[in-house]
Amino acid sequence: MRSALRSFGHSTIGWFLPFLLLAGWEGASRAGLIPANVLPAPTAVGEAFWKLLLSGELVENIRISTLRALSGFAVGGAIGFALGLTNGLSSLSRELTDTTLQMIRNIPHLALIPLVILWFGIDEEAKLFLVALGVFFPIYVNTLLGIQGVDPQLMEMGRIYGMSRTQLFLRVILPGALPSIFVGLRYALGIMWLTLIVAETISASSGLGYMAMQAREFLLIDVVVLSILIYALLGKLADSLARLLERLSLQWHPAFQTA
Amino acid sequence: MTAATIVARKSYATTTPAYTPAPQGKVSFSFRNVTKQFGAKAVLQGINLEVYEGQFIAVIGKSGCGKSTLLRLLAGLDKPTSGEIVRGAAALDQKRTRIMFQEPRLLPWARVVANVDVGLTGIERGELARKKSLGILAEVGLADRGGEWPSVLSGGQRQRVALARALVGHPSILALDEPLGALDALTRIEMQQLLERIWLEKKFTAVLVTHDVAEAVALADRVIVIDSGRIALDLQIPVERPRRHASPELVIHERQILDKLYNR
Ligand SMILES: Nc1ncnc2c1ncn2[C@@H]1O[C@H](COP(=O)(O)OP(=O)(O)O)[C@@H](O)[C@H]1O
Ligand SMILES: [Mg+2]
Repeated sequence: MRSALRSFGHSTIGWFLPFLLLAGWEGASRAGLIPANVLPAPTAVGEAFWKLLLSGELVENIRISTLRALSGFAVGGAIGFALGLTNGLSSLSRELTDTTLQMIRNIPHLALIPLVILWFGIDEEAKLFLVALGVFFPIYVNTLLGIQGVDPQLMEMGRIYGMSRTQLFLRVILPGALPSIFVGLRYALGIMWLTLIVAETISASSGLGYMAMQAREFLLIDVVVLSILIYALLGKLADSLARLLERLSLQWHPAFQTA
Repeated sequence: MTAATIVARKSYATTTPAYTPAPQGKVSFSFRNVTKQFGAKAVLQGINLEVYEGQFIAVIGKSGCGKSTLLRLLAGLDKPTSGEIVRGAAALDQKRTRIMFQEPRLLPWARVVANVDVGLTGIERGELARKKSLGILAEVGLADRGGEWPSVLSGGQRQRVALARALVGHPSILALDEPLGALDALTRIEMQQLLERIWLEKKFTAVLVTHDVAEAVALADRVIVIDSGRIALDLQIPVERPRRHASPELVIHERQILDKLYNR
C-alpha cells in the first residue's frame, strides 16, 4: 500500500511544476501582467486549438507534417542504415566511402537550404531531401560504430560453433550493434522534427510550420504558440515511442532490467 | 626412478574397480612435430603428442609459453607453421572438437537456453535442439535457469552455461583454455568436481590448459609441461577417482611438476 502510494506520488510529482507554471501564466495574463500580444493566456491557446480542431485545419496540417517527417526519415534512415551496415561489415567499402561521408557530415545540413530551394523550389522534394539528409548521419554513424564495437570474442565464438554468415549477422552482429543503433535513432528523430520545422517555416504551403507562419502574418499569436506546443508534443511522442521500442528490444541489457 | 613415481606405481597397482584408466587404444589426436611461428617468433618448436580417446590431459606452462596457441591449433582456429595434427576417426569432423575459454563468451541478448542452442548450430534445430539444451543445462546444475538472461548469473554459473554449450553437441574432444581462471577459489573447486563428473559420464577427450598445478593433478590422467616451445615433462597421474583435493598422492605429483617448472 505504502509503496503503491509512493509510486503514485512519483508519477504525479513530475507534473506538479508544469501545472503550477500554467496556473501562474494564466493568472498573470488575466491580471494583465503579460500583454496578450506578447504571450496569450493558456485558455486563449486552448480556444485556438479547439477552433482549428473543429475546422479540420489542425488535423490536416499535422497529418501533412507527420507524413513529411516520416517519409524523409524513412529515406534517410534506410540509406544511413544500409551504408552503416555495409561499411561496418566490409572494410573495402569503408575505406572507399567513409572519409567522404565524414567530410560531408561536417556541413550543417540546414546550410544547404538556399541551394535546396534553388534545386527543388518549395516542393515536397525540398523538405524530403533536407529531412533525409539530416537523419542520414546519426543513423549511419551509430550503426557503423555499433557494428565496429561488437565483441570480437563473440564473433570468434560464433564462427567456432559453425554459424553461417547470415546467422552470425542475425545472432551476433545485429543484436550487438542494436544499443548504438537506438542511440542514433533517437538522435535522428530529434533532427527530423527540427529540420522539418525549419524547412516548413521557410518555404511551404501546408503543414504545421506553414500554419505558424500564416498565423504570424495575421498576428494570431495564440495559433503561433499552439504550433510550437504541438511541435514539442510530437517530438516528445516520437522519442517516447523510440524509448518504448528500445526497452522492448533491449530487455537483455542490464540498463533496462527493472526487476 | 624418483620416489614420486614409485608411489604412483603403487597406487596404480591397488586401483579399485571404480577407476579404470582410459584404454590406451584409439588415438584421439596427435601432434606430429608441430611448430608455430608468429612472424619471427617461434612459439611452438616441435611438439610431438599422442592423446588417446577418453583421456584427460592437462597442459601446464609459464605465461606466454604457447598453451593457448596449442589449443587453438587443436581446435582448428589456427594452422601450424609446419608439422601436422592428425585426428582419429571420432574427431575427424571439426564440429566434434569444442573449445571453452576463460571468458564464457555468452550472447548477452540470448536467454541461457538459447545460448546453449548455439552449440547445436548445424547439428540440430527446433524442438529437439531445445530439449537437448534443457537436458544438458540440468546436467550442469542449471535446470531452472534456462529462461534467464546471462547478465543475472554469477561467474561460475555463466561458465557452466558455456560448458553446457560446448557439450550439447556431444564433442569427441573438449579443449579448455583456463576455463576456471577467473573464478574464486571455492567456486573453482566446485567447478572442478562438476567437470570431472561430466567427463566421467560422457567420456570425451579433455585437454585442459591451466596455470594451477593443483587443478591439473586433481583432474588429469596425464600432465604435460611446456617449456621453451617443447614438451618438457609428460607425467602420468594414476590416482584413483574421485580424487580428494590435496591428498598426499596428488601433492607428490604436484611437487614433481613444480620442480620441473622452476628447474629445481
Ligand atoms: N595472433 C598472434 N600474433 C602474434 N603473436 C601471438 C599471437 N598469439 C600468440 N602470440 C604470442 O605467442 C606467445 C604464446 O602465446 P599464448 O599461446 O597465448 O601463451 P599462453 O596461453 O601459454 O599464455 C606469446 O608470446 C604471444 O605474444
Ligand atoms: Mg593463454
